[in-house]
Amino acid sequence: MGIISSLKESLGTWINRIFKKKRAKIGLYGPPNAGKTTLANRILHDWSEGESFGEASPIPHETRRAMRKEGVVINANGSSIELDIGDTPGMATKVDFKEFMIYGLSEVESKKRAKEATEGVIEAIKWLDDLDGVLLVMDSTEDPYTQVNVVVIGNMEARKLPLLIVANKMDLPNASPARIKAAFPQHAMVPISALEGSNIDNLYQAIAAHFG
Amino acid sequence: MDLISGEKLEKMTSMEKIRLILDKVKNGKIVVLECGLTSDEEVRLIEMTMTEIRVDEFSGIEIESYPSKKEGSFLDKIFGRALKGRMTVIGPANQLRTIEKDKYQISTKVSVGD
Repeated sequence: MGIISSLKESLGTWINRIFKKKRAKIGLYGPPNAGKTTLANRILHDWSEGESFGEASPIPHETRRAMRKEGVVINANGSSIELDIGDTPGMATKVDFKEFMIYGLSEVESKKRAKEATEGVIEAIKWLDDLDGVLLVMDSTEDPYTQVNVVVIGNMEARKLPLLIVANKMDLPNASPARIKAAFPQHAMVPISALEGSNIDNLYQAIAAHFG
Repeated sequence: MDLISGEKLEKMTSMEKIRLILDKVKNGKIVVLECGLTSDEEVRLIEMTMTEIRVDEFSGIEIESYPSKKEGSFLDKIFGRALKGRMTVIGPANQLRTIEKDKYQISTKVSVGD
């Protein structure tokens, strides 16, 4: 009886492997203002009939709630992958309301944003536990050795989950994707401009290859 | 500034380490950990920090460590030896500022009396 049920289970597993569509839960992570929401919106625009996650903004911590869009099908390189995509608030180790006042927000608005931003970081951390992989979005005009990048990469390595680095903002004159590659040579990296959509097809191919 | 030995950290649970670090940093101390934290402990430290941020009192931490080394040797894998954390510096965000960081060096500026 035990052998028969074991055989049934094995057969079921193999049938699932053959016919099941590739599906993965991935999260967009990175420091504030790296372009996570712009990229998330770009992916939805290209593969989910123009839907969007929300507004991007030059003010840090514009995204203060994690959002998920399920069943986004990406076709690239002759293969297809169905993604549950999460756009997460920017990861940070500090949140100072005075930084928001520089962008013209009132003290009351800034304090409210700071409170929500801390909650957003906690939410982003909680989501890490429930993912199959991460798109780590970095601003390629900035120093890549931020602790947020180091922590996210270390966390994914420890859990042996796939990670793809997205070197965003390559449209800007001082962008240096090579600096990111030199900092984290052990991981695949795709330079893109989420704003302009440049090199985005290469990113979709890398997503299909990495998370499929 | 407190330099905490790897030996002391080894005897502590993750939560004990995080509490020790946060208590010291909230009291204005810079903490240097000889062997650092695991990646999971660093994530939990950030999470705890966020819950303790208070307007005009504590705006968070500055934390810097080196990127992880590549995977351990074949023997490390056989014997299940995990890679040790790397030297880490942690301080109050309003007192410790990272000037420059690369694979091999971390340069920080410490403000006193802020």
